Order: sequence, then C-alpha cells, then structure tokens
Amino acid sequence: MRNMPAMTPTFVPRTGNTGTGALPRLWSPRAWGILGAAAVVLLVVVPVCNLVVPAGSAFHLSDYTVTLVGKIMCYAIVALAMDLIWGYAGILSLGHGLFFALGGYAMGMYLMRSIGRDGVYKSDLPDFMVFLDWKAYPWFWSFTDHFWYAALLVVLVPGVLAFVFGYFAFRSRIKGVYFSIITQALTYAFMLLFFRNDTGFGGNNGFTDFKRILGFPITAPETRVALFMLTAAALIGFLCLGRAIVTSKLGRVLTAIRDAESRVMFSGYDPLGFKLFVWTLSAVICGIAGALYVPQVGIINPSEMSPANSIEIAIWTAVGGRGTLIGPVVGAAVVNLGKSWFTQALPEYWLYVLGLLFILVTLYLPRGIAGLWARKPS
Amino acid sequence: MNGLMRSCVRALGAALLALFAGAAAAALPADVVSALAFGDGDERAQAIGKLVAGGDAAALPLLQALIDGDVQTVGEDRVLIVKGDAATDAVTGAAVSPLPASRDDVVVNNRLRRTLGTAIAAFKLASPDRAVRLAAAKELQNSADEDALPAIVAAAAKEQDAEVKGLLVQTQASIQLASTDRATRLAAVRVLAGSDSGATKTLLAGIVQKKDGKFVESDEEIRAEAQRSLAAVEGRLAKGDIAARVFSGISLGTILLLAALGLAITYGLMGVINMAHGELIMVGAYATYVVQNLFRQHLPGAFDWYLLFAVPVAFAVSGATGVLLERAVIRHLYGRPLETLLATWGLSLILIQAMRTVFGAQNVQVENPAWMSGGVEIMTNVVLPYSRIVIVAFAGGVLLAVSLLLTRTRLGLFVRAVTQNRGMASALGVRTPKVDMMAFGLGSGIAGLAGCALSQIGNVGPDLGQSYIVDSFMVVVLGGVGQLAGTVYAALGLGIANKFLEAWQGAVLAKIAVLVFIIVFIQKRPQGLFALKGRTVEA
Amino acid sequence: MMNLAVYAELKAREGPTPSKATGISDGHVVTPGVDISHGAILYLDSVSVSFDGFNALNDLSLVVDAGELRCVIGPNGAGKTTMMDVITGKTRPDAGTAYFGQTIDLTRLSEPEIAGIGIGRKFQKPTVFTDHTVFENLELARKADKRVWPTLTAKLDSAAYDRILANLETIHLAPEAKRQAGLLSHGQKQWLEIGMLLMQEPQLLLLDEPVAGMTDDETMRSAELFLSLAGKYTLVVVEHDMDFVAKIADRVTVLHEGHVLAEGSMQQVQRNEQVIEVFLGR
Repeated sequence: MRNMPAMTPTFVPRTGNTGTGALPRLWSPRAWGILGAAAVVLLVVVPVCNLVVPAGSAFHLSDYTVTLVGKIMCYAIVALAMDLIWGYAGILSLGHGLFFALGGYAMGMYLMRSIGRDGVYKSDLPDFMVFLDWKAYPWFWSFTDHFWYAALLVVLVPGVLAFVFGYFAFRSRIKGVYFSIITQALTYAFMLLFFRNDTGFGGNNGFTDFKRILGFPITAPETRVALFMLTAAALIGFLCLGRAIVTSKLGRVLTAIRDAESRVMFSGYDPLGFKLFVWTLSAVICGIAGALYVPQVGIINPSEMSPANSIEIAIWTAVGGRGTLIGPVVGAAVVNLGKSWFTQALPEYWLYVLGLLFILVTLYLPRGIAGLWARKPS
Repeated sequence: MNGLMRSCVRALGAALLALFAGAAAAALPADVVSALAFGDGDERAQAIGKLVAGGDAAALPLLQALIDGDVQTVGEDRVLIVKGDAATDAVTGAAVSPLPASRDDVVVNNRLRRTLGTAIAAFKLASPDRAVRLAAAKELQNSADEDALPAIVAAAAKEQDAEVKGLLVQTQASIQLASTDRATRLAAVRVLAGSDSGATKTLLAGIVQKKDGKFVESDEEIRAEAQRSLAAVEGRLAKGDIAARVFSGISLGTILLLAALGLAITYGLMGVINMAHGELIMVGAYATYVVQNLFRQHLPGAFDWYLLFAVPVAFAVSGATGVLLERAVIRHLYGRPLETLLATWGLSLILIQAMRTVFGAQNVQVENPAWMSGGVEIMTNVVLPYSRIVIVAFAGGVLLAVSLLLTRTRLGLFVRAVTQNRGMASALGVRTPKVDMMAFGLGSGIAGLAGCALSQIGNVGPDLGQSYIVDSFMVVVLGGVGQLAGTVYAALGLGIANKFLEAWQGAVLAKIAVLVFIIVFIQKRPQGLFALKGRTVEA
Repeated sequence: MMNLAVYAELKAREGPTPSKATGISDGHVVTPGVDISHGAILYLDSVSVSFDGFNALNDLSLVVDAGELRCVIGPNGAGKTTMMDVITGKTRPDAGTAYFGQTIDLTRLSEPEIAGIGIGRKFQKPTVFTDHTVFENLELARKADKRVWPTLTAKLDSAAYDRILANLETIHLAPEAKRQAGLLSHGQKQWLEIGMLLMQEPQLLLLDEPVAGMTDDETMRSAELFLSLAGKYTLVVVEHDMDFVAKIADRVTVLHEGHVLAEGSMQQVQRNEQVIEVFLGR
C-alpha cells in the first residue's frame, strides 16, 4: 500500500484529461500493479491459505480472520461510498448506515426465507413471525424467496429512498450541517421504525440464524470464502468505478460544487442533478455492501441504523483521507482492526480511542493518513 | 327511606343511620367480634353491620386490621389485632403481652373485603376532616354497591362540602340505576349527567345499549335521558383527556426547550454544531446525582432542599465542561462546521465513557424531594405531577433569565454584537474569543440545567444525552437559528404535536411523523432554515 | 497583440448579432435564443426588492443595448449587486420584470438556466474552483451540454482543447495552466474568472468590480480586454474605480438607494447636480 499519490487525483495538479478514457488509462501503471497484487492476494492467496493450507501450518488463515477481513472490506466499500459524496462533493451524510442496513435487510429477507422449515418452530414463516402469531407474510415480503428479486431490492430500496430524499433536500438547497442533521434524523426515524415488532422485520432482534444461501450452507468454509471473494471483487470494482467517476468531467464538477457551488450554478450546471447522481450512487453502493455483509456476519438488526453507526462511517473516511480513493479503504481497515483489537483486549478504552480519533483527525489530520503520505514528497 | 332498603343488607344501613344520628355505644360487643372472626360469610357480614351500627370509633381499627390481614385468633374465643410484635385485644382494646404462641390468621375473601371497604369508607364519611371524607367518597365512587346506598344517601344529606356531596350524589345515582322504580332510575340518570368519571360513562353506555336485539333499558324516556347524560359525561371526559394531553405536551415541550435552548445559543452565535450537547445535559444530571448523595450523607435533614443547591452546581459543572471543550477543541474549528460536528461527536463519546468509568454503566437513582412527589388532580383521573409542574415553571424561569441576560447585560450585548457582525464587533474592541468562550459556557450551563430537570423525571445514565440530541437539533432546525422565540415555539409545538400523535398512533410512529413533518416543513420553508445571521451566512 | 488572440477565439463562434430572422410573431422578429430585434438585450422594468423592510432595489428601470459596454456606479448600498442578483436569478424581485431580449423572462428561470441562455456573471469576490487547475477551471466553464449524463461521458476534443489554450493566452495565464487555481494571486483569480466567463460564450457579461485588487498594469490590460469585447458581447460593469470607468464606459448608469439617479456619458453624469450631491455629500 505504498503507491498512494497515484490515487489522489484532487491533490495532485494534473494536466487536462485529454479524454481517451479507456480502461487502461484509469490508473497509472504502478497503481494497476498494486491493484492487481491486491486482487491476487484477496482472490487467490487468502482462499488458498484458508481452505487448502492445513490448520497447523504457519500460513493457515483462520475462519475468524477471513470473516474479519470480509467484514472490513464491506466497511471499506461503505467508506468509499461515503467518500464519493463527502470527500468529493462535500456533502456529509450522517445517514449512510441506513442505506447499508436497508441493503442488508433486503438480503436478510431472502436469507430468512431460505431457512425454510429449519427454524425453531418448524414453520414456513420465520420464527419471529410465528412468535408474533402472524399467519402469512406481509405484502412487502412478496417474492423475496427469489434471490434475484432480493438482489434487485438491495439496489432499488436504498437507491429509490436516497433519490426521493435527495431530490427534496437538494432542491430546497439544504446543505452543510443542515443536510447532515436531516440525514441523521432520517436514519434515526428508520431505526425507531425497524425496532417495532409490527413493522415486520423482526424488531430488536432483526434477522439471524441463517442456514443457507442459494442452497449452499451459509457457515460452510467454501461458502464463506466465496462470499469473501465476492466482496473483494466488489471492493476492487467499486474502486475502479469511483476512479472512473472522479476522473471524469462529472467528477470535476462534483469537486467544483464542493469548493464553489455558486460558481458552478452561474457556469450553467444545475447542482441538483449532479448531487443527486452521486448521492444515489453512493446509497446504492452502501446497500450492496450491506447485502454482502449480512451473510458473512450472520445478523442484521436495527442498531445498524443508529446515528452513532452512521457517524462512525464518516470517521473511517476521515481517518484514511477524504478526497482520495484509497484513503477510505485504509481508514475503514485501520479503525475497524483497532476496534476489534480493543473490544477484545481493552473494551472499556475503545470509546476513548474512538473519541480521540474523531478529535485528533479533525484537528491535526484533516487529510487523513493518505494526506500524510501525499505531503511527504513535496 | 325508600324501596331499595329491601334488597340491602339491612343491618349496615340501619347502623349507618344510627351513626349519623350520633348514637354511640360504649364498647365493642364480644359476640359481634367473635362472629366476625369465627363466623361464616353471612355471619361476618352481619357482624360488620352491627359494628357499624354501634358507631364506636374503636370498630374502625378492627375493620381496617381485618382488611390488612392483621387480625388473628387464639384458641376458640380470643380475637387479637396483631401489628408486628404488638397485639391488642379486639374486644377490650387492652394490650396483650406476651403474644400467645399459637395464633391463626383470619382470612378475608374478596366479597368480605368489598363489604369491609364500603364499611370503612362509610365510617370515614362521618369524619370531621374534609380530606378524609373526600378520599372516602372517591373510594365509594369506584367500589360502592347497593349495600352502601343508605349510608351514602345519609352522608350526602348531611354533607356540607360541595365537592364531597357531588361525588356522593353521583355514586348514589349510579347505584340507583339498578332500581326497579322508573322515577328513581330517571332521576339517577339525570344526576349522572354531572359526573366526570370514566366508570359513569361505562354505566350510562350500558343503559343505552342493545343486548340480544333488545334494549337493556326498556323505557324510552330513560334511554333518551341517558343518551343526553352520556353525551355530557363524554364531553367532560374528552375535555379532561385533552387537558391532560396538552399538559403532557407542554411538559415534553419545556424539556425539549431546556435541551434546545443551550444549543440555540451555541449554534446561533458560533455556528457550532455541538454534538456533545446531549452529554452536557448528562453531565448536569450526574452533577445533580452527586449533590443528592452529598446531602443524603452529610445533611439528611435538609435533603428536601438539595435541588436548590443542585441547580447552580449543575449549571457550573456543565458550563465549566463546555468552556473546557471550547478552549481545547472547538475554537480551533470555527468556520468548519462539518469538522466541528465530528470532533464534538468524539467529545461526546469520551464524556459517555468517562461517566461509565466513574459512575458505572448502570442508571443511577435520583430521588425527588418530598415536595415534588404527588400531584394536583384537576379532574378525575387527570393528575398533574408536581415534578412536571415545577419543571415547566423552571423552564419558564430559565427562558426569562436567558432573554434578560441577552438583552439587558453587557455580555448579552457583546454576544448579540458578535452574532450580527463578528468582524465589526472585533474592530470595536470586543474580545470575540472571550465572548465565544462565555457564550459557549452559557449554552453548556443551560444544558446542565436541563440535565438537572431531567434527573427529576427520568433515568439518569451515561446514555441520557443521546436520546435528546436528535430531538433538540430538530427543535433548533424548526425554530430557526439565532432567535429564542423560534426555539420556544418549536419546542412547545413539537412537544404538544408529539403527545397528540402519540395518543393517535403510538409513541414511535408519532416520533417518525414529527421527523417527516420537519423534513417536509423545510421543503416548504427553507428560508426559515437559512434565515441565519452572523458567521454562518453564506457568501 | 493579445487582442489578436481574442479575435481568433471570437471568430470561431457565432457573433451575438442574429444573422437571420426566422419568423414573425406579434409584430416583432423572433430568433432562436435571445431576441434582440429591438436593439436592446436587457430590460429591467420597475424592479423592487426588499429584505426585511430594507429596500435594496426601489422601482429600478434599466435598458441595456446589445453590444454596449455599460458601467454602473453608485455608493455602497445603492443596489448594484442586488441588481445583478435579480438578473442572474439569485434573487426574485418583489415587483417588476426582468427580460433578456424581447422574450425571455428572467424572473422565471433558475441560475443555471440563465447561465445556459447566455448571461455570465463575475462575482465581487473572485470565485474559482480552488482545487482544480487553471486549465480545468476553463474546461468546466466551457460551453457544452451541462446535464449530468453528457458531463459524465464528456471528452475533450482537440478543438475545445485549442480554444482553452487560446483563452489562456487571452487572460495571460498560459504559464499557470497546470497550477491549482487556489494558489493564484488575487488579480490572477479575477482574470481566471473572466476567462471562465468567456468560455461560457455568453451574450451578456455582468462583471462585479472586475479590477478590484489588480495592479495598475493588470487594470490597464483589463481595460483593453473589455474594450475589445464590447460590440461582440454586451458588458455591464460595476466598478468603484472611476478612472477605469472613464476609460472604458460608453454609457454610465448611476444607482442610488436602489433607483437610477442618472444615465448618460461619463461627462454628462459627472456634471449632474444630483450625482455630485450624492457622491460628494451635502
């Protein structure tokens, strides 16, 4: 991970993009090399070390490690989505946990239905519905037993919600902290809604005890590794998509909106459409990350929608360095590795560390870890 | 007296008549007490009647002891009232010591318990103390049956106090509804129109109902009258309901106001989104908790007045915490609202964890002083707790103090000057960093006051602030920034709206509806949102 | 010599004068885009704007002819910036109308729409995209399809590239092309903003204090630039620098308390009793 400047487009003065735009031109050759190496490690080395190398060997990767890294990659995708909207377009969302959770719930509905009659109550309905004495699935559960329909929901539900909310918010020119606070209220409202038993999503407990996905047992090592590889591929794919967007003219318009929105308007661009584009895209990416997260972690509940969770996403991005693409990935990894270490070793100190991280990064490291690196050469 | 007598337990009625006539017996007859303790159900009911007939005040403790389960028998003839280790003879009233070793409890069944309750209430209706009579009349309102009718009629005739009399007359009427006499029923239905109790509504609704295709009340005139009375009672009940809801809305509103007032000051002045504001509230609540503990340990006699001391302490502790945060972190981030938001969130996490480390993760108990427990009953079943009334008054006081501070003092003048034009204020020699610090301290101190108030009506725990932060921001957003009046309207409006929606759709949906409303509102009136003055105005 | 570059650039685009009438309606000529068949490009009629009881514009009426270089002067608070806000859609007038040409009602359009139909505006405080290079600033401003999807897929062709280079010459920023705009001097930012306006290929340029903070040399070159632009473009310049105004203005409009106090050549305006009173006091 030493080739960050190549991925920090906004801080490095560039010549005009003469617009060949083809895939090879997306990254510098060196960045392609690193990306390729990362792909090999995640898609080949990790699976082999987990599945093929025997448990006693020094090269064996435990299931725990694979799940942890898989989880962190989901977070990295979320941080990347956050970076697109915050780092590039300057819009701080405190509601991205909501889109993540909605994607997770959409996938969770499919996973719940895949349990079939293997639940505690041996019913066709999920246990929580039996417990609440429901006789049939509510209408919004229709067709969720089909994987592809659930996958469509993963994209559509966060996407449509973000589009509608964003349309009204951006049209009213709500920006800055107001937008942040309103998004926080939005996720808070949804959290309250999903905590209710009669909303139909399992209340406090949410969805858990999944048995299988697409017919494969969900806890089997092969399934886990497959999900891991899928997540890795998604992360790399979204990095390339993000790169394509931020190096396009649209990406430059987004940064321009961040820096001088009125000049953008008087130049003839309507910021509404641009904001809405990146906002909705960001929400959809979050939804996909949530859908990848749930089968790996095995649970989704309304606490994912808590305001605290969403604001933590912002700190991943800030720690890594917003306005760069590699930053959020690094930030999500660093913060979450720290979190999983602390919550095991020194649980009572984690909140102090996280709190300090918020303060120190905003005070002393506004460009995050990636900024540290970028500053050194100059 | 009237035909109802026939179906009553005659002894009780007669006894009460005797009681009100002023007749008094010298001592409790042993055979009656014996029947009460050893007899079967009917014998015991009769015995109660005879005791009341005796009218001897000594009978009241016995009846009360019976209902409390304090009456015990020894052998075949002795009856004792046993309270802890002390015992008295039920007949003579003499102390019995030492306690006989083998005693049997006198068990009271539910039917007898009711009879006892009515008898006790009847006894109390003769009390010279108005409060005792009022309580007894209320007791009867909910429990009386025909047995008590003669006593109630007699007491009502004698009663001078309008409120007690009104209650008795209504109770009488609701019993008389069962009368076979048409005129009595009609009169009773008319009397009941003046009631404000839910039980009366049920009773009247029962009369106009149809059962198995036939009206419960066959007489059409009585039905019509009952319908009229029902409407009157329902109207009164609905008014009470609305009054109760408005009050709880105002109460919630003042709490929101206290929580948001400090925020309005820090945000209005500096454009600082302080996510740790909720934690400053929490700090104020814990400060109250500490003061309470100190009083309990060192000044137990003055415990009822600990709040008077806790209010300034909560203000000072939260204010000082706020100043510390401003000096250490926030002042470095002026003009960068998003970064401020994140940094103050970090501060809030640290404050929460610090409280967990010091006081533990569990909620702590903050006790109301004695004068704040209880409440005013404005109507039947509508009780306004003193604690909430005190908080409403307290919030009013804080609001007044803050507006005076802002409009009448030098600090207030500086604060307003800096809010309107920071550069100009600075050029005129106002030390803006100091004003920032003072204003932030003030806002934080008000958060502390909110915490002190909250400790009196809810749980105090490390997460206390988290549950108020979204709400208080909504108040500030809705009310517009930089003006106290907007904050007041928004807080009270949201509080009342929340309570009314709550009754209609439940608490969670009410909250969601309010959030949706706010989001829609700022669609319609974004200029309300952006009517900012001071540093936050966009170029 | 710099004017040659400007000409080279201007040649490449259509002039602001409509070449052919395409139809007749209500007795006047309608052309695609702005209709300047009556000679005037901007009409403000009885425009009033008030903020919280303060009348920023008070029954302001103003007509600017196509190709004119109009200077607007007036003391602080005279309503110059508010007038520009009304023309560019930032502020909606409480009363009165604002027309671009004969047919386009400016009070019904949003800021981006107004920019799209050919009105460019330079702010009082130079506003450029600080994180972008000078080149990218010009590229973003360049006249193009500015909707979301075309922007995402936009490619910079060689003609556009050349035009940006030509523009860089015009605004004397060619050596700075790869520099971040945030690092430019104040005067250079002013020039960059003017360059961005030219890239938009507007019909009407609104310039709010374009030479504030410029050196004398830069100011002189700005004057030359504006004079060369007049005729092809319509310029409305708000300026406090009276020497500069005297150097460039065809006609001068004096605003006072949201109202037109006087209008005419510089000499006429300078002789006006009311104007003298307002500017010199007593």
